[in-house]
Amino acid sequence: MAERYEIRFSGAGGQGLITAGIILAEAAAIIEGKHALQSQSYGPEARGGASKSEVIISDAPIDYPKATIVDTCLAMTQEAADKYAVGIKKGGLLLIDADFVKTAPKGDFTVYRLPIMRMAKEDIGREIVANVIALSAVIGMTGVVSREAGEEAVVRRVPPAFKDLNKKAYNLGYEKGKALVN
Amino acid sequence: MAKKSALVQGNQACAHGAIYAGCKFFGGYPITPSTEVAEELSAMLPKVGGKFIQMEDEIGAMASVIGASLTGAKALTATSGPGVSLKQELIGYACIAEVPCVIINVMRGGPSTGMPTGPGQSDVMQAKWGTHGDHAAIALVPESIQEIFEETVRAFNLAEKYRMPVQVLYDEIVGHMRERIVFPEPGELEIIDREAPTVSPEEYKPFDSSKGQVPPLAAFGSEYKYHVTGLNKAADGFPTTKAELVDAEERRQVDKVECEEARADIEKNEEYMIEDAEIVLWAYGSSARSARYAVNELRKEGIKAGLFRPLTLWPFPEKRTAELAEQAKAIIVPEMNLGQMIIEVDRVAQGRCTIDGVHRVDGDPLNPGQIMAKVKEVI
Amino acid sequence: MAYDYESSIRPGKLPHIWCPGCGHGIVMKGLIRAMDTCELDRKNTAIVSGIGCASRLPGYLDACTLHTAHGRAAAFATGVKMAKPGMNVICVGGDGDGTAIGGNHFIHACRRNIDLTYVIMNNYIYGMTGGQFSPCTPTGMLASTTPYGNPDPVFDISKLAIGAGATFVARTTAMHPRQIDKLITQGIKHKGMAIIEVLDDCPTSYGRRNKFRSVIDMMKRLKDNAVPVKAAAKMTPEQLEGKFLTGVLYHDTELPEYCEQYEALTKKAQNA
Repeated sequence: MAERYEIRFSGAGGQGLITAGIILAEAAAIIEGKHALQSQSYGPEARGGASKSEVIISDAPIDYPKATIVDTCLAMTQEAADKYAVGIKKGGLLLIDADFVKTAPKGDFTVYRLPIMRMAKEDIGREIVANVIALSAVIGMTGVVSREAGEEAVVRRVPPAFKDLNKKAYNLGYEKGKALVN
Repeated sequence: MAKKSALVQGNQACAHGAIYAGCKFFGGYPITPSTEVAEELSAMLPKVGGKFIQMEDEIGAMASVIGASLTGAKALTATSGPGVSLKQELIGYACIAEVPCVIINVMRGGPSTGMPTGPGQSDVMQAKWGTHGDHAAIALVPESIQEIFEETVRAFNLAEKYRMPVQVLYDEIVGHMRERIVFPEPGELEIIDREAPTVSPEEYKPFDSSKGQVPPLAAFGSEYKYHVTGLNKAADGFPTTKAELVDAEERRQVDKVECEEARADIEKNEEYMIEDAEIVLWAYGSSARSARYAVNELRKEGIKAGLFRPLTLWPFPEKRTAELAEQAKAIIVPEMNLGQMIIEVDRVAQGRCTIDGVHRVDGDPLNPGQIMAKVKEVI
Repeated sequence: MAYDYESSIRPGKLPHIWCPGCGHGIVMKGLIRAMDTCELDRKNTAIVSGIGCASRLPGYLDACTLHTAHGRAAAFATGVKMAKPGMNVICVGGDGDGTAIGGNHFIHACRRNIDLTYVIMNNYIYGMTGGQFSPCTPTGMLASTTPYGNPDPVFDISKLAIGAGATFVARTTAMHPRQIDKLITQGIKHKGMAIIEVLDDCPTSYGRRNKFRSVIDMMKRLKDNAVPVKAAAKMTPEQLEGKFLTGVLYHDTELPEYCEQYEALTKKAQNA
């Protein structure tokens, strides 16, 4: 892994992408013992609007807390793609929701598509786990943390009653994400 | 056993630090981006036998904190720029009545409502000069989650030791971002409690400085009865207009923080690659993180840059800043405002080197590229 | 034998700053008697005030006294009481201090029903600053900032307190010294927010400007217009025109007190 790896999750407020960022940072910082920093930016809306969450993972202490050049970006909505799928590094990865981002941003990076919301609704049966599918797809694509660390971080964050549901979502996303890049 | 660690927000770390320091009272009013401090403490304080109250406004919050502190409780409030503006009169009250308390200011842009969810560093002069009248100020500026915890503890210590309000300022970025914190074990960090009087209740004078610049403070509800006022007062706490008494008290209250001995105790700086630095980046809070990144990049290009980072912003690190002005070709001050601490740096440098600033007030953090561009422009 | 006020007053602090004819001294004596009646331990009693003539009162009394900033007495007192619920906390102050600049703290302290006793001396003027109109200055009257007559409607402090949620509200005047200490005593014994409004006079800043010939005239007016609650019940609205009610106006012993509520919450948090 490069010394500083930057991931940006973006989508609509309320989709749980800040939580996805927190889980990834926990997997890296608490479970794997790396340096990790999670930040977000948001407007006045609690729901709707475009929101982003960034995670920086590094072997060394992290100085500048915001993304400098994004290694991997996720965009769940068109608005988020237009606003936040920028500053992606040459050869970087962009994962978009196949149904909700009709026009993929253009750039010197590879665009991957997964119907994340649809997978949550149809394959798992709950839209609320879309963020976990998105997170695990990113982990599957990048290997920025291990599969097991990501899963453990998810399990730690969710109430016991939703453990199995989230594990299922995690594994689905991970497999699909990994398959995209292989 | 490994120490307990967690991924927490800056504001959560602040709340944990307060509890570690022995905070037993929080009076606040909701304001972005500081609200998580209140939210955390509303859950934590009752568990440790402390009190949490959400007051009717920012001024009431500050008043409740001073009232609580007079009963002997370590007391805290947390707010942002607009809230500090409202609290200023009572911050001055805590200065003149010498009541220990801690004020957290999670800085956003301004003036007025400004950009509530965006970061800023524009309250650093307010921390010194916000309330009217002459007074001393102590302000601490952590840059990371771990440091917010530690500096909150230090703020309580300094408040208790110097019997005055202490402000901790960090910006929205640090307040809301998450990093790993390793929680210090009990006893690992020093905890200071205010000095209690040793004289009898009959002899007690709340502002008697004959044994030291910081008079012992008795708690309301103990054996000691005394008077507290915001008026200029004599050693016994009662109002006076006698010129020599007013003058002596005013000077003592500034001197207790700004004398050489106190400065040495309160000042705290980090120096990074300063030894041979020709360009000194003088930065604090999250701007210092960008500056450190810039130093590393500039060094790779052979530019002798270094970082001077005050953790204590007030009292201002005059001596060290003056020495750096002597050493360096230029001091550059990156700040998320239009130039505040640079005024102090410039005052102290007295023309010994080039002084320049990098400023940003658009709600985005200063990035290392901006700082590097300024360094290259200056050399 | 004369009543012993001396032992409650700090040595060397008199004479007080109040003008001849001002009723604040009468209120202070009433407060002293009430504190004695309740046998308050002065070490364990905080007397908190804001700014203004009435707010100078704590400085004269032997207790833990806190002379705060303008309007903030109730908020400081809330901090003292919350942090040390075992303390007796008494607020004193004027009408402008309590209901204008301090109005927000006043109504919210009432709403919380925190166990404070607030003696508010209503002389319907800002006396210390030289006679500007307050929220309690009668409409049409003259003040240094209403040279053409006061255009503002008036706050009824007791009604304000009842509306805001105080659970003990009483009114009397500086011409009813016995009732002052009786009502303050009841207020101190009441577990919850107690407001005792004492109608008072400011001959210097209000009386002279409004052509009261003497202090006696002003005080007589207070006496003549005071109607005890019981008597008022038998009077017609016409008869009550221009009068004000005195005595206990509102008393609710059911509503829980704030610090006790917090104590219950604390137990819940600690057992969770």
